[in-house]
Amino acid sequence: MRRSLPWIAGAALIGLPFLYQSAYPLHIVIIILIWSFAYTSWSMMGRFGLVSLGHGGFMGIGAYVTALAWNHGGLTPWAGIPLALLAGGLLAVLVAYPCFRFRITGHYFALVTLALSGIVLQVITATRDQTGGSLGYTPERYRGGSSLYALQFSGKTTWYLIALAVWAAGIYVWYRVDRSMMRYALEAISEDEDGAAAAGVHVTAEKLKITVLSAMMTALAGALYCQYQMFISPDTVSGISISLQMVFAVVVGGIYVSLGPTVGAAITILLAEVLRISFGTRAVGWDNLVYGVLLVLFIVFLPKGILGSLLDLRRPSRGRPAPSA
Amino acid sequence: MGILDIFLLEALINGVLLGGVLALLSLGLNLVFGVIDVVWICYAELIMLGMYGMYFLYSVYHVPIGLAAVVCIVGVGMLGVILHVVVIAPLLGAAPINQLLATGGVLFFLQSAATVLFGIEFRNLGLRLPVLKLSEMFISYSRLLAFGAALIGMVLVYLFLTRTYTGTAIRAIAQDRHIMILMGVDSRRIYVITSALGGGLAGLAACLLVLQYDVHPFVGLSFGPITFLICVLGGLGNFAGGFVAAFVFAELISLGGLYLDLEWGYVFAFVFFIVMMFVRPEGLLARRS
Repeated sequence: MRRSLPWIAGAALIGLPFLYQSAYPLHIVIIILIWSFAYTSWSMMGRFGLVSLGHGGFMGIGAYVTALAWNHGGLTPWAGIPLALLAGGLLAVLVAYPCFRFRITGHYFALVTLALSGIVLQVITATRDQTGGSLGYTPERYRGGSSLYALQFSGKTTWYLIALAVWAAGIYVWYRVDRSMMRYALEAISEDEDGAAAAGVHVTAEKLKITVLSAMMTALAGALYCQYQMFISPDTVSGISISLQMVFAVVVGGIYVSLGPTVGAAITILLAEVLRISFGTRAVGWDNLVYGVLLVLFIVFLPKGILGSLLDLRRPSRGRPAPSA
Repeated sequence: MGILDIFLLEALINGVLLGGVLALLSLGLNLVFGVIDVVWICYAELIMLGMYGMYFLYSVYHVPIGLAAVVCIVGVGMLGVILHVVVIAPLLGAAPINQLLATGGVLFFLQSAATVLFGIEFRNLGLRLPVLKLSEMFISYSRLLAFGAALIGMVLVYLFLTRTYTGTAIRAIAQDRHIMILMGVDSRRIYVITSALGGGLAGLAACLLVLQYDVHPFVGLSFGPITFLICVLGGLGNFAGGFVAAFVFAELISLGGLYLDLEWGYVFAFVFFIVMMFVRPEGLLARRS
């Protein structure tokens, strides 16, 4: 039963849009899947104590490079997205390599990456002639309708399946890392860098690998978001508040479990939607008010997040010792 | 003197004046970090609340501006204490990154509380200080005032830290938080005093910033990040370093704004920050160990 559970759940998820075709709930689910993928990408490195506040920057790079390549270069997203991933990865190496090489960790790493998301936001705003600045940017519609070449689809079902596939791939990557030697190396590093280095772990290389992986996945999330929403603005895909939002959702969901970021995304997005629908414009600000209180409460009382704590309750004896981050 | 030189000189002077305010901003944050070893990510949001306090006291309830400023400084100081007791104290033993994230939660909370309570309109005191005209240059009095008050505030904090018993205890705790407890210093009391002082400095910064800028719930985001970067660039907890870094940053922003756009000024400042982190990770004025 336990072994077949993922397959049953997977089949149910794939079948969902064919059985239930209502545009708004489907839209919410797609948004949840895309953000879940982004949050999963963040937690790939976040779970090893590499707290980055620069992922808003990588997401912004992913979204803007894809859109700019399409509008200005006439480059199909099939080439634009790899380009965006490359750009995101390159930026990650550029910032992370010196960080790791010079042993910038903890607070300092978080603040250097904070500067990174600030830079990306300001560059997007400053190059307003090309990117539309803070007013936002729209990839041009390809002859009106859906097109595989332009990666633009008007049907929500297609987008649902794409988002589901990408999200599942993200979870798969998470598992692959979880099962690999890399995980043990990174856990050792997060406990004690000098000790890990003495035990033969190549500290800089291991950290760099996971950072580049995480950054490229986040850039993909940005590109996906851009292609789905067909509108991006510096405030919705980049900047410091997006970076904090990622950290927040992952902490709420559970940082050390594979589905934790997904649970976090579902909770935060549904919370925002419920508040928005029930209070309308009067709800402006209330969702973040609740987020803020929840974040503080979670860090004080439930540092493993909702899913992590639930799993611990279910199997107290088999519970894997989570690394203290 | 050519016309370009005058613009350059004006930008340089405005950079120095901005630097004074940034130095004051980073001083409170630096103090808290140096003593309690916690980064208040929500520091700029405390300033935002202080700015709202000034707005309501002065523009809505017509309290004299001097009294309003005093109330504001004391009020934000109290907020600092509340922040410490409610959020930081339970997390003192937790991983440093959790403390950082918890204050991030407070940031969300304060921002949205301000949105809910005050709305998202931009508000200002409606107080226009005159502009000083020096040959061809224009320098606003509000900036001069902010610069002067920032310097006085910093001198007062310096005197407090070096000339009083409590100040000495604060500096001692910052040097070694484990030994000082054995020496009979009540660290909890020192932490609360430091938080009050850090909050009070945020309140002072709020009084000065509200003279120049409109207040809205997200105003913290426009100078919060830069404040952290200044503290880190100067070496977290290193007051002199933070002071120098503030002026370097302010000149970069001011000159970048002169030659290109203001955003590019920020980009230069951020890039400079990242490069300096690699060159001098311990801060500008770090003693090489």
